[in-house]
Amino acid sequence: MTATAQTTSPTRRSTLSKVGHWAMNNGALVGLILLCIGLFIATPAFLTIPNIINIGIQAAVVAILAFGMTFVIVTAGIDLSVGSVAALGAMVSAYSFASLNLPGILTVVVGLGVGMLAGSISGLAIAYGKLPAFIATLAMMSIARGLTLVVSNGTPIDTSDTVNIFGSRVAGIPVPIFAMALAGVVCWFILSRTVLGRSMYAVGGNIEAARLSGIPVKRVLVWVYALSGLFAGLAGLVLAGRLRSAGPQAGSGYELDAIAAVVIGGASLAGGSGRATGTLIGAILLAVIRNGLNILNVSSFWQQVVIGCVIALAVGFDVFRRKTDS
Amino acid sequence: MSPVNPTRRQTLGLTAVLAGALSLAACNRGGGEAGGEGGGGGGTVMLSVSTQTNPFFVQLVDGARKAADELGLTLEVQDASDDASTQANHLQNAITQGVACVIVNPTDSDAVSASIEALNAAEIPVIAVDRNATSGELVSYIASDNVAGGAQAAQALAEAIGDTGQILVLQGVPGASATRDRGQGFTEEIAKHGDIEVVAEQTANFDRAEGLNVATNLLQANPDVVGIFAHNDEMALGAIEALGPRAGSEVFVVGFDGTGDGLAAVEAGTMHATIAQQPGELGAQAVEQAQTVVEGGSPEAEVQVDVVVVTAENVSEYL
Repeated sequence: MTATAQTTSPTRRSTLSKVGHWAMNNGALVGLILLCIGLFIATPAFLTIPNIINIGIQAAVVAILAFGMTFVIVTAGIDLSVGSVAALGAMVSAYSFASLNLPGILTVVVGLGVGMLAGSISGLAIAYGKLPAFIATLAMMSIARGLTLVVSNGTPIDTSDTVNIFGSRVAGIPVPIFAMALAGVVCWFILSRTVLGRSMYAVGGNIEAARLSGIPVKRVLVWVYALSGLFAGLAGLVLAGRLRSAGPQAGSGYELDAIAAVVIGGASLAGGSGRATGTLIGAILLAVIRNGLNILNVSSFWQQVVIGCVIALAVGFDVFRRKTDS
Repeated sequence: MSPVNPTRRQTLGLTAVLAGALSLAACNRGGGEAGGEGGGGGGTVMLSVSTQTNPFFVQLVDGARKAADELGLTLEVQDASDDASTQANHLQNAITQGVACVIVNPTDSDAVSASIEALNAAEIPVIAVDRNATSGELVSYIASDNVAGGAQAAQALAEAIGDTGQILVLQGVPGASATRDRGQGFTEEIAKHGDIEVVAEQTANFDRAEGLNVATNLLQANPDVVGIFAHNDEMALGAIEALGPRAGSEVFVVGFDGTGDGLAAVEAGTMHATIAQQPGELGAQAVEQAQTVVEGGSPEAEVQVDVVVVTAENVSEYL
């Protein structure tokens, strides 16, 4: 499927070592399971159906951003603008409703469209303008946040009822979880079932080889950042829908959570690897840590320390696995 | 041939620079003496505000602008975007501009001190508003009484829940002075109400989305909670989203700041009370003190702007 984990198992291997090998390849998942067991022992309030649904809802925004980020990281890029682009998409959507009186469905299209446009601009700057991804998206981060402030004049704006659906429940299903699932399936489908997805792995693996084998590298890169922007737009709508308003500072710092989720999920910042399932696990892991530490009433200072340790552990584990595999 | 041209050019350039410098100096002197004639920044008051992304500071700046218009004062507003070094640059520029007075709303009480000392050295009077500075000399400090506000919040919440039951506290950005002062006032006052138990205190960083997530999580672990105090309205509004229909009927939420959205929630009955600072009044008071300074008078060393408990009963006065 991908250039990542699937290694052929040697002949004859004991069950124990098979389990060990599986655990090595699914470090984030194993970590997640262990964490859940630990939190359940610490507090029974953790493993209840309503709380699991809470975690899903709270993971949704970062997970959607992280799915978009997966494309970017697969191509060895980085997108620092997703938190700001999410805020901009939501804010322009809210503005189009509150000040321009656009009908509800159009306010959703506007939110997604603004996100995709911002991503496309970053992509064009990277592919054709030869800007390093770090710089182009850093600039976009500042531009998008600035425009969010310009549009909002520094105060939150109420969103349309249609956008608010993104934060509510329909037929008992929380829409954020549904949106997260949809984004995940789209991410998985593009990465593993389309030519575009295969091209992304090729570009991330070796950009020069990809170019020489006839892959339209520039077009692929524009698509990658456009998709990241589109997913950011969706994440912004979910965030705004949950609060029924778009805030000028919404999503600040979320880009780092999104990158962390992708990396915890087993993708390498060097490019060429990454899977939608891994990213989902990474995002859920972050949400579980925050939820669990809240429930245990652990100080926010320690929460930051714990999350930092998890990121370092995840990446360290990944490096170790690659070494033993090769 | 060739040495002539550069020399002529140099002479021209030098003349231009000299002329510019002279006119600038003249302006500066004129402005400084006349106090408020505008040119060269002489009569200008600079307001360096920590951020304009928070409605509170937007209202503070609006209040300051309004007061400056009324007093006929030139006010130059600089937004530090919550970045201490940007603010340091603005304050440095104030010195080069030679403004008559600086009103600073520090992003960080420690970081701003060096800049204030530099302004002191340049003999430009400095007024701090909303947040104090650790060192450096201020001619005036204008702030709301956050400790008293925290105590007022505790009283309002205790009254709402009938002086008994479990409550949650959503704290602001860890270490920020507003977090410390509001928390201190609240904790001291709530301790006097023996039947009220604070079952959890967690930060939500003054942010609405975090307020929603953290309140949801805390309610999961503490289903019997009857009251929530949030260190600002944004987090209180997040908590109200987390409570859904229970907000205002089964669980009472008290916020802080009295922002537009906060007041609307009080009116709607989902927020029980908000402790309204009067940011516009903070800005206006700062400008009034600045006016006194510019005119050579002696300002008040400390101005405490009252905070008010806004409930459904008096919310119409603040909307």
